[in-house]
Amino acid sequence: MEITKQEVEKVAKLARLELTESEQAAFTKQLSQILTHVETLSRYDTTGVEPTATVLGQVNVFRPDIARPSLPVDRSVSNAPESADGFFVVPKIIEDRQPL
Amino acid sequence: MSIPKLSLYELHEKFTAGEVTATEIVRAYGLRIGQVEPKVKAYITQTKDAAVAQATALDASLKGWRKTLPMMGMPLAIKDNICTEGVLTTCASRMLGNFVPPYDATVIARLRAQGYLLIGKTNLDEFAMGSSTENSSVGPSRNPWNLQCVPGGSSGGSAAAVAADECVAALGSDTGGSIRQPAAFCGVVGLKPTYGRVSRYGLIAFASSLDQIGPITKDVRDAAFLLGAIAGHDPLDSTSADVPVPDYLKALKKKDLKKLKVGVPVEFFAEGLDAEVEQAVRAAIEQLKALGGEIKEIRLPRTDAAVAVYYVIATAEASSNLARYDGVKFGLRAKETKDLLDLYMKTRQEGFGPEVKRRIMLGTYVLSAGYYDAYYGKAQAVRTLIRQDFEAAFQEVDLIVTPVTPTPAFKFGAKSDDPLQMYLSDIFTISANLAGVPAISVPCGFSQTGLPIGLQLIGRPFEEETLLRAAYAYEQSTQWRAKKPAVR
Repeated sequence: MEITKQEVEKVAKLARLELTESEQAAFTKQLSQILTHVETLSRYDTTGVEPTATVLGQVNVFRPDIARPSLPVDRSVSNAPESADGFFVVPKIIEDRQPL
Repeated sequence: MSIPKLSLYELHEKFTAGEVTATEIVRAYGLRIGQVEPKVKAYITQTKDAAVAQATALDASLKGWRKTLPMMGMPLAIKDNICTEGVLTTCASRMLGNFVPPYDATVIARLRAQGYLLIGKTNLDEFAMGSSTENSSVGPSRNPWNLQCVPGGSSGGSAAAVAADECVAALGSDTGGSIRQPAAFCGVVGLKPTYGRVSRYGLIAFASSLDQIGPITKDVRDAAFLLGAIAGHDPLDSTSADVPVPDYLKALKKKDLKKLKVGVPVEFFAEGLDAEVEQAVRAAIEQLKALGGEIKEIRLPRTDAAVAVYYVIATAEASSNLARYDGVKFGLRAKETKDLLDLYMKTRQEGFGPEVKRRIMLGTYVLSAGYYDAYYGKAQAVRTLIRQDFEAAFQEVDLIVTPVTPTPAFKFGAKSDDPLQMYLSDIFTISANLAGVPAISVPCGFSQTGLPIGLQLIGRPFEEETLLRAAYAYEQSTQWRAKKPAVR
């Protein structure tokens, strides 16, 4: 399957990856090659075959709803690029309101 | 007595008997690392100094009292995608270049409770994605048998460190062969346990339905010994299995393959298999027969689908797992970004290397609207067929024997420009991950140029004992382990 540069751009945006021109060109070619190989799977008839998501066959694993020790706040944010008062700091998301 | 030449089990026995102190052990390994590490480059972070302090405290606490725990005083190397509290854990990625985990992985907590000594964090392909360590952000490790060759990957640093006697044993992780392939390339033993046998809590996730932590060791007994120290149910990992852990060392007592049926899948001896590798593996199969194994030709007809299935499922899971690297909670954050979206885009552009980006792209593509059923759904269904192949085979045989890799270790740069070729070299190892079954790589010879060749044994789920028994019987009946790499 040949994929286009436009599709690569679209996927990169979905994956939140800013790609350089040369990365876009390389990925367009390489992903086409890999997907062509993946398409060889079509020769296997999978009508009525259940998909495998996990090999253990577990459905739900429950634990008692009991509070247990967890990481304290200061250690939870210890690796954050920016934090303040135990919170993660991110750029402003909501624009300032226009004054009335 | 040269301490770094001893196996884990031998060193444990000497330590328990009081013949050697933890301080002496750490000092000996410190010297050895000082000698060969500049050539091998197995480690991302060395923790010798902390190990010395730990060893001193350990020796003081043991004075006159020698009741020791299995891993006490043992200097182990840990792959740098396994979280170690307070010690840098980078995944060989710029993204986590400054990440210091605030907690231990469960395997580390277990080793720590036994008094192990962390000697260093080993190199890998970035986020365990690769087969050569060439995708590491700090540069590749080198194969101790030939410094011009790759050590394999992704646990290449762990395998190289064990082969070069820079640690007594190591932990790696295996998603599609990342323990077994580097073990084969470096002439050491690598065991990928059954999916769920070892807790994945604190293993930085690549593909959650495939990842397993396992031992890389100097011999089979060490693999049994170390597996016993890390295996078992963990409430912190909902995919860890609540199955009792047997005494794996006991499984080694038989020293033969009597009453074991050993399957040889014809699909693994096809085109593309190097003649020297085939010869070595065929000779090993004869040896398994001589040890009492009943050899039987079997079929795993969907083997040729494994690479395609793997690179859809593993990348799909990776694209989801790696979404957490957004420059907010930990790791890298790009500077001078105009808004939150820009921060995500630029952080991920700067933080990830080419192979990680390629896999995130592929995984995002196969999960995206319009392609999900054709690629991801199809791959999951064919994964079921591959599992059924193994289930059918294990009705007939107790073990499956194959090569680990199509060729011995390759030279740097040989495959790094062609991702599909690199992926196809994983052909013999990835089926075991897709089926969730345990598999071990054990040395079975050398190429004419002196590079190690590996034999793979694959077993039924949670039957690591059978694997270890057969691998040990084989190893003890051959002399491959006597040969050591020339690096000094």
